[in-house]
Amino acid sequence: MILSTNFLKDYLDIEDIDVHELAEKMTKVGNEYDSCGKFIDTGKLVIGKVVSCKMHPDSDHLHVCQVDVGNKTLQIVCGAPNVREGLKVIVALDGTILPGGEIKKSMIRGQESNGMLCSIAELGLDNKFLREEDKAGIHELPEDAPIGEDPIKYMGWDDGVIDFDLTANRGDLLSILGMAYEVGAIYDKKVKPMDLTHKESGELKFDVKVNTENCKLFLAKKVDNITIKESPAEMKEKLMASGIRPINNVVDISNYVMLETGQPLHFYDADKLKSILEVRMAEENEKVTTLDGKERVLSSEDIVISDGKRAIGLAGVMGGLDTEITENTKNVIIESAIFNNVKIRRTSNKILRSEASNRFEKGLDPNRTYMAIERACHMLEKYADGTTKKGMAKYDDIEKDEKKIDITVTNINNILGTDISKEEIIDVFRKLDFKTETKASSETITVIVPTRRIDISIREDLIEEVGRIYGVDNVKGKVMLLPVKKGSYNKTVREIRNKMVNLGLNETLSYALVGKQDYNMFTNKDKEGIKVLTPLSEDRSYLRQSLITSLYRIYEYNKSHDLEDISIFELAKTFYKAGEEKYVEENKLACLMTGDYNLGLNTKKVDFYVIKGVAEELLDYLGYSGRYSFVQDKKICEDMHPGKTALISVNNDIVGMVGRVSPAICKEEVYVMEINLDKLLEKQVGKMKYKEISKFPTVKKDIAILIDEKVSAMDIQKVIKNGGGKLLQNSKVFDLYTGKGIPEGKKSIAFSIELGDNTKTLTDEIINETMNKITENLKSKFGAELRS
Amino acid sequence: MEEQVSKILKNALQEIEQAKELKILEDVKVKYLGKKGELTALLKMMGGLSNEERPKMGSLVNSAKSEIEEKLEVKEMSLQSEELAKKLESERIDVTLPATKARRGSKHPLNRVIEEIEDLFVSMGYDVVSGPELETDEYCFERLNLPKGHPARDMQDSFYISPEYLLRTQTSAVQARTMMANKEKTPIRVIVPGKTFRREDDATHSHQFNQVEGLVVDENISFADLKGTLEIFMKHMLGENTELRFRPSYFPFTEPSYEVDVSCFKCGGKGCNLCKQTGWIELLGAGIVHPNVLKMNGYDPEKYSGFAFGTGLDRLAMFKYGITDIRLLYGNDIRFLTQFDRKD
Repeated sequence: MILSTNFLKDYLDIEDIDVHELAEKMTKVGNEYDSCGKFIDTGKLVIGKVVSCKMHPDSDHLHVCQVDVGNKTLQIVCGAPNVREGLKVIVALDGTILPGGEIKKSMIRGQESNGMLCSIAELGLDNKFLREEDKAGIHELPEDAPIGEDPIKYMGWDDGVIDFDLTANRGDLLSILGMAYEVGAIYDKKVKPMDLTHKESGELKFDVKVNTENCKLFLAKKVDNITIKESPAEMKEKLMASGIRPINNVVDISNYVMLETGQPLHFYDADKLKSILEVRMAEENEKVTTLDGKERVLSSEDIVISDGKRAIGLAGVMGGLDTEITENTKNVIIESAIFNNVKIRRTSNKILRSEASNRFEKGLDPNRTYMAIERACHMLEKYADGTTKKGMAKYDDIEKDEKKIDITVTNINNILGTDISKEEIIDVFRKLDFKTETKASSETITVIVPTRRIDISIREDLIEEVGRIYGVDNVKGKVMLLPVKKGSYNKTVREIRNKMVNLGLNETLSYALVGKQDYNMFTNKDKEGIKVLTPLSEDRSYLRQSLITSLYRIYEYNKSHDLEDISIFELAKTFYKAGEEKYVEENKLACLMTGDYNLGLNTKKVDFYVIKGVAEELLDYLGYSGRYSFVQDKKICEDMHPGKTALISVNNDIVGMVGRVSPAICKEEVYVMEINLDKLLEKQVGKMKYKEISKFPTVKKDIAILIDEKVSAMDIQKVIKNGGGKLLQNSKVFDLYTGKGIPEGKKSIAFSIELGDNTKTLTDEIINETMNKITENLKSKFGAELRS
Repeated sequence: MEEQVSKILKNALQEIEQAKELKILEDVKVKYLGKKGELTALLKMMGGLSNEERPKMGSLVNSAKSEIEEKLEVKEMSLQSEELAKKLESERIDVTLPATKARRGSKHPLNRVIEEIEDLFVSMGYDVVSGPELETDEYCFERLNLPKGHPARDMQDSFYISPEYLLRTQTSAVQARTMMANKEKTPIRVIVPGKTFRREDDATHSHQFNQVEGLVVDENISFADLKGTLEIFMKHMLGENTELRFRPSYFPFTEPSYEVDVSCFKCGGKGCNLCKQTGWIELLGAGIVHPNVLKMNGYDPEKYSGFAFGTGLDRLAMFKYGITDIRLLYGNDIRFLTQFDRKD
């Protein structure tokens, strides 16, 4: 809503208020603005009179003019076709800055020119307001324009305008009257009454009928014998400053009254109507041609106005072409009504958003509906010589009573955290022009809320009113006294993040929405995807089922910028559909590693064992040491290298996957890992607890065996563990060899085995016995041979 | 014989002096003091001396021997340290060559800001809670006093995946969940950091972004409490000199509602490009929990009151680290990510 202060002054005595100050004060009571300034803001201009106008000796279209600007007469060269002797004009003097640039004294084809005679366009008036004559030549001021004065001020174009960005609940501020009450509350000024007076004669023979519950109030009046002409300059200025293009007096009046009251009106050419207006829902596929000449196909959700037979307009959104006001219109039917705001919103979203639909959507005051139609009659009489018919055709089934809300001083102070007195509170309501009733002995105040404030319905709404008019800055901040308690947060997620950072990985933040080809990559593709109904673009249309898919795109992006050493991770959710209206979201950790893992001269390239190390580091840190294993399985997804990928199993439950991205997808060695944190973290971890350090020494024995190359290290270690029994403290692989000297299909693998007993020193006999048992078991289980 | 001793001594000392290596020194030692050494030979000859001469010569020889030994030891030490120095010198390395070290990981700036906010509020007794990102219309809107068809739903075009489910447009959805879970059992003091989604993508908006929501519900919670809390929050995040401006506003789930501006951290309030010459930057939405919201979620508005606030974390992170383009936050360029690799 653009507020013209000239317009506001019709209803509020605010002659000397600075527009910027007003904008700031409005902001403080909750009405933000986008911009604030003058309707037309130019450098200094003066009104001049062309005292002589001669053709330029060296041009066939330029004129050399002598212009009286009050204190002197200047020679100015002008190219406009309409410049002539005796004309009152707008003069930009040497040094004046206009939207098009600075005006400078100059020689034009040998003739001195000391300024410029201006057209309206040159003053910076918005293109949409320019008429043909404004584009063709300089502006012609009325004959009585005072020479030497400021023409912008003279035309009222120095109007202060504020473009407000209003909140959705304040529909009442989409009117000059609403603004007047609001500004009046700030400056403690009373709103002036609106002039509704007009004469009425002759009986109205017209009817209205409402056949839908989506219209609760519908009024019509008739004004005859109007004269279509141009609106007065002052009215046009207010319309333009408010962002509306003047057309002719009658159309302008409908817009003007809408701006004043907030109630959209519609004017019909009465002679193109039958004797009835009907409100009903449109038939499915019913057609109507709107004012803009477009044929609209409607549905049964749209409210229409009909002439009793066919739709002639879209209620609340746009009138019909057939009944529009033209230059030949003589008699006018005025419609003032309230339609269901949700229906209007849907229809206008579908067809067209307009000043009218915007107001219907926000909700209207029924008393203004009556006020506006009377005001329109007043204006049509005053500016279009119309005569109003007696009476009004109406359908009225709407609540118009003022709400009464009881509130106590304690209510207000409890919520605001203030100590405002009863008198101060009553004074706030007085400023807002809300009536109050109270007894001296009681702290209860009954507030009578005017119907214009449809946003106020409960006590808390009144508290807000007190808060904002009393002044938010007058409330002192404090910190509440609440029972002392410890705050909490999910530490584990942060510990995982810290661990990954400490392992040298960079954390990423990617989009949950990905493309159709991406959403189930790096999964077994056995889960239903979730698609957004109205995606912004194809590549953000599905919710991802794996985080790896995002990390892989990040890898590609960085690789395309020649960044090849990449170790990244992310903690985020993935999603899938588990059934009808059943959606599952899972917390996951994923990482992707490629290129050099460490820095320095001797770098290590990331391979399977590096990323496996990251997985183990994390699992050990989280307390799952000894409870996890890496298993190769046929079920590994097709986007991974089948030979270099393992499922991560904790407590024999698969919680994730680690391995190389399939070479079919990516030539480079890129390793990825993903762990389902919901699954992992539900597995309980005991408290960290000190374990007694043995007083007795342990013994280390190394063995190397020749074994079938398919037997995994893990399986061998299981056998070693069984053989070692209680005495086995640790066993680790320290050498692996295949090739020369080793038979085909075999490998040499060496283990360092640590034996010990917490209660005694081991004797050689027991040591040898245990080692023998281990090697015997390896022999019998795998046919392993001991190498010497 | 006396002459002989002094000659041997003189020669020996000279040779010791001249010895350049430990090996030569060892030879000198053997030559004079070894089993077949010159001084040893003299000692063996002592037997042939008279009783008178023997002690005299004995002391002479012994004193020569101990002098040689002493000098030998001194020289040996000095040669040893020379040789060690030489050896170590030959092992000199270029200490300016690159270190072998792990890459330094980094935390995403957004999560850094989230952690900072969590720490602050946890210290004030708040719990950090979370909720689903795929939310129901009921929790995202209806339980927050935004029935279907409410005009304020226009403010947030949403990604619906079915008529009932959508990607949450605001962390406020967790307000209702928290209240429903508590139902007057305990006072509520929570913050909810998390991802949110809206159907817009341009230079200043990302369709996915992050918010933090705060909710306090108890008896006698007032606007003044909200004001004080947000003052602490913003001063902590943006500096002690930060000022706050509360402007009445409208949100369906709070009443009264406020928009909160902070004094521009770039110009300090004088006016600059960042604050569009106003000196203020709009950063938070806040208010007193609407009685309908309390009622709908199991709290008696006659007994309880509360405040709620919410702010965009992307902008906070951008301000904090001087990030100029929101797309950098989601671009995941390694050259961007690796910059956040140290303590704040």
